[in-house]
Amino acid sequence: MFSRAERKGLRLAGGLTLGFVLCFAGVAAAVLLGHAESGDGGPLLDPYLVRVARFTLWQAALSTLLSVALAIPVARALARQRRFFGRVWLLRLAVVPLGLPALVAALGIVEIWGRQGIVNDLLHLAGLDNPVSVYGLAGILIAHVFFNLPLAARLMLAALDRIAPEHWLTAANLGMRGPALFRLVEWPAIRRVAPGIAGLVFMLCATSFTIVLTLGGGPAATTIEVAIYQALRFDFDPPRAVLLAALQILMTAALLGLIALIGRPDEEGATAGRPIRRFDGRHRRLSDGAILFLFAAFTGAPLIATLTAGLSADLGRLALDPLLHRALATSLAIAFASASLCLLLALPVVMTPRLADRGGTDATTRFLARALPATGSLILLVPPIIIATGWFLILRHFGDTTRHAPAIVAIINALMALPFVVRVLEPAFRTHLARTGRLALSLGVTGANRLLRIDLPALRKPLAMAFAFAMALSLGDLGAIAIFGADGFVTLPWLLFSRMASYRTADAAGIALLLGFLCLLLTLPSASAEPETKGRGNA
Amino acid sequence: MPEPVSAPAIRLAAATLHFGKTRLSFDCTVPQGAAVAVAGPSGAGKSTLFNVIAGFETPAEGKVELFGQDMAGRDPSERPVSVIFQENNLFAHLSVADNVGLGIDPALRLDAAARKRTATALARVGFAGYESRRPGSLSGGERQRVALARILVRNRPILLLDEPFAALDPATRADMAALLGQLHAENAVTMLFITHQPEDIRRLASRVLFIEAGEIRTDDPAERFLDREEPPAVARFLGRDPAYVPS
Repeated sequence: MFSRAERKGLRLAGGLTLGFVLCFAGVAAAVLLGHAESGDGGPLLDPYLVRVARFTLWQAALSTLLSVALAIPVARALARQRRFFGRVWLLRLAVVPLGLPALVAALGIVEIWGRQGIVNDLLHLAGLDNPVSVYGLAGILIAHVFFNLPLAARLMLAALDRIAPEHWLTAANLGMRGPALFRLVEWPAIRRVAPGIAGLVFMLCATSFTIVLTLGGGPAATTIEVAIYQALRFDFDPPRAVLLAALQILMTAALLGLIALIGRPDEEGATAGRPIRRFDGRHRRLSDGAILFLFAAFTGAPLIATLTAGLSADLGRLALDPLLHRALATSLAIAFASASLCLLLALPVVMTPRLADRGGTDATTRFLARALPATGSLILLVPPIIIATGWFLILRHFGDTTRHAPAIVAIINALMALPFVVRVLEPAFRTHLARTGRLALSLGVTGANRLLRIDLPALRKPLAMAFAFAMALSLGDLGAIAIFGADGFVTLPWLLFSRMASYRTADAAGIALLLGFLCLLLTLPSASAEPETKGRGNA
Repeated sequence: MPEPVSAPAIRLAAATLHFGKTRLSFDCTVPQGAAVAVAGPSGAGKSTLFNVIAGFETPAEGKVELFGQDMAGRDPSERPVSVIFQENNLFAHLSVADNVGLGIDPALRLDAAARKRTATALARVGFAGYESRRPGSLSGGERQRVALARILVRNRPILLLDEPFAALDPATRADMAALLGQLHAENAVTMLFITHQPEDIRRLASRVLFIEAGEIRTDDPAERFLDREEPPAVARFLGRDPAYVPS
């Protein structure tokens, strides 16, 4: 489906992408290894490392268990109650955490669950005087469930909606009720996706940085990524950072291998045809209503708290703060550059492997077709903090790190967004190629002509969605910037983090509102454009 | 339940539904033991007629009576009705025997006697010894036969078949029709089936309901229906008036 010139061009683009990503990560890795050798040769696994590694896995396991287990009743209630006022808004609410920066969510969760939060007020009223502490394991779990429960519930709902509509009618006709319906119809569908969802959530929680940094308390509640950051920024102990980085890569490699075995949850919704009709919803409106209300309150409360706290900050003074202006400008510039680079890298990652769709290709093409998708997901194996650490160690030899840091942060953020962007573009491009590939080739519309007149216009929507998502991810991220942030190099998340660290809560709330607003503005329009099954459509 | 011998199996009296601006209203009487073909253009309301009888859809006005009893407020499982769809009648993760067994107990608490009944029903549709197979390993026609076995163990007096043959090839179609005719004759059920093929009417039907634009347009014995020259939609269905274009 490609002309000879196009094949050549795609191979070149693929090769360049591969080379760029591998060099960028490779240099960081080489530097890290170099520092490891210069270490003082202490014991390889001291008790501190063991404790950190154990806590990393322990909190991830608990977060996964809670998120997945709680998602089951939520998904069942949503699948059962197909028509009620606000169902669409509840589904949209479930998408919001996906676009919200972790730092903003952490702040909102402290507002609700913290010492002065509404939960402790309620507990106090109920006569319990021991306040829930949001710092430490409890806070980390609440935040991880806040992010992953809606994700898991949405994926399970999609699985339930994929059950053939006839099955619900048959079940109603046969008189299958509550427990039997769960055992014979719902659970088999959930069981198919649950391992994939659990794998995904576990990976996200095991590599969680911002949440643990802000809500974790001291050495007792520290994950490997946060330990790397502390080793570098507080103790300035590069050999330890390197050791931790190696541990982290080993762990993510093992996890990725495990997830590859399990398989990924499918996000596609129901197929068209008969509308889904449930007859078991009528009798359970009350209990389902209670479940969905709790879900909405848990997910919505931190958002509302962020909004109200932000609005009560001295926004007028903040708006005139030159430091905030500088941070906003820096953040936007980095986000724009990072999203552009991300798309530039994503196109070959998505397009070049298609050269090998039909056999008879040469070894180079086959190699690229295998290596490029892996390249796109490299950042999952080597997290941003680790690459940032490597480049930090390089740049400090050239004096002030802040001069080159923005470029490095932009590149790292681009790599961080790459797996998500590829996931958006890959199926879109595949479908597009199947639809137009032959036609374009037979008409002789090839090369730049084809890219500009056929491919880019047809893929406008997924490309815009991918760009917005990559921008939001870069805008809200406190990863690479945590390593590089300094007085001369301030982004919005870094400014917010510094304000939180110095207990300037009102300022922090105002900045969080701005940051949350910007990120949701970018992500929500595309994320909530999910196909809804409508109409009555006959069989 | 007391069943007056004279009561028709199905009686719809101005059973009316609204979907947005579309209005569907059904009036008909089906005698016990009839084999009724339901025909009509796509979107005319054939499946909705079935949904009303089965209880999947509740009419806003009018009456639905099965064997002389008013069905208002009765759940689908509380009606004397079994349903078979074009596809997806079997749960893919359950064995063939379990799929049939659901017709005996919807929570699948099956004792030895129940297991024996499923085996007998499977044998009757030509599937003796297939108990432990999964639906995924069967062809479309075989899956429909297993669904028929479930109908047998369930033993409800009204059987609704929503295009049961549509996904089958001609030979399998003929086999299925023969099996269905046999079951109908032996079990004295009242059977309604939706079809797009005059051929199915010739094979199986004693009566034909023709539905157009949400209403039952004609209600004839099968031979009379097959000789019809009008209304135009019926002539078109029978292949008599190729020039007719539905408005």
